[in-house]
Amino acid sequence: MKRLLIAALSCLIAMVMALPALAGPTLMMATTTSTANTGLLDELIVPKFMKDTGIEIKYVAVGTGKALKMAENCDVDVVLVHAPAAEKAYVDKGVLIDRKELMYNDFVIIGPASDPAGVKGMDVAQALKTIAEKQAVFASRGDNSGTHKKELSLWKAAGMAVPEKDAWYIQTGQGMLPTINIANEKNGYTMTDRGTYIKYADTKGGNPPLVVLVEGDKVLFNQYSALAVNTAKCKDAQYDLATKFINWMASPDTQKAIGDFKLLGKKLFIPNAQ
Amino acid sequence: MDYLLEGFSQGFMLLFSGDPEAYSAIWATVYASTLSMICSMAIGVPLGFLLGYKKFPGKKVVRTIVDTLLSFPTVVIGLVVYAFLTRNGPLGGTGLLFTIPGMAIGQTLLGLPIIVAMTANAVEGLDKRLPMTLITLGANPGQMMWATVLEARYSIMLAAMAAYGRIVSEVGISMMVGGNIKWHTRTITTAIALETGKGEFAVGIALGMVLLTVALLVNIGAAGLKKRAVQ
Repeated sequence: MKRLLIAALSCLIAMVMALPALAGPTLMMATTTSTANTGLLDELIVPKFMKDTGIEIKYVAVGTGKALKMAENCDVDVVLVHAPAAEKAYVDKGVLIDRKELMYNDFVIIGPASDPAGVKGMDVAQALKTIAEKQAVFASRGDNSGTHKKELSLWKAAGMAVPEKDAWYIQTGQGMLPTINIANEKNGYTMTDRGTYIKYADTKGGNPPLVVLVEGDKVLFNQYSALAVNTAKCKDAQYDLATKFINWMASPDTQKAIGDFKLLGKKLFIPNAQ
Repeated sequence: MDYLLEGFSQGFMLLFSGDPEAYSAIWATVYASTLSMICSMAIGVPLGFLLGYKKFPGKKVVRTIVDTLLSFPTVVIGLVVYAFLTRNGPLGGTGLLFTIPGMAIGQTLLGLPIIVAMTANAVEGLDKRLPMTLITLGANPGQMMWATVLEARYSIMLAAMAAYGRIVSEVGISMMVGGNIKWHTRTITTAIALETGKGEFAVGIALGMVLLTVALLVNIGAAGLKKRAVQ
């Protein structure tokens, strides 16, 4: 038994020793799938932040709900998310501080070009009601992400219960791009942020099978913000690095770069830091 | 169908053009699986030996538990290890979350039951006269174990290959404990999950081929070792 214990212990020690020596300051970030899937982080933010400040960003791309939970568990230093109501709840809890609005785009409802339920050009409430009446397939993220939270609030705003149990309402439990692909396979509708939609259109060579049918309603506004983890709740959180990141994101130079980040000639995010 | 053809050609490109992202994922995969293989062998072979060799009350129960653990879903292991390693968890102070050694802990738990169960089987299947012979030759318990394990080395190598196959191909633990962080904890399997999620099926297939190639090289290496051991 003694030998076993020694073997197990030395294994654990070896694992800790094998931790790569910390090369430089590293900021841990939790973010939404949309910022990662669109390429904004890998192609612009991460390399530019490294170049400007020498700080490396390690990010985990999950739904906004999980990103906020990770902040609460003290596993990250900063979050970049898009669900203002949920953000406020975590600020009230004292988990997150220094909320800064950085950029926005809008949500759109997309569907087959043939538009089987005939919702093109409607406002959001009308469109959702029509989809429900015609029992057209609607793919929902169903993963507590920012987009999912938004979609749930829109059903409510349309005066309807969320059609959880209806066969035409599919909850994918996956990220935005997989959900769009599922909607496409089922010849149905879904709601997405415009940045991810443009990325999707780009991967389909600019000629996507699903097209934007409902847009422009002001309830579809989609604000992205960064928030720092409060050291009062997580004493190991790197508040100074988080602050540096948030201020850097809001700086005129970075804001301009975000505005210039385009696919198919279209802006994915529109900077709006105050 | 185009996905497949495109995937194959891209797979060769990824391997031979030295694409840094692909090689970072290969490195993360090899690093994590090697670390976890060493640990599950170091812990699992002695445990398996004890289980197969010794007689003790409740042995059947232990065997059943070990056999059940063989089908432990990787996402559940990932979840449990995450719960322990998160900053607010019991082992949060180690800072192992979102690191390769952290992933290796989960993968060790995955490989361990395979090594234990198969080693125990191998030891039980040996010639019953072996322990008697060893005792008459005056072997102490340590030498007994060493000689028995040596006798069962081919079966144990098989156990190692089975464990390696499961470890190198799992995605649940790597995703949850590693976080799929680019340049750090993104393994081949989590990269495949990510690319497939983005609808980049061809890249996913290409990476799948890369993983198979890595597994092939490891198997060729193991076969070489076995050949040398036989001679």
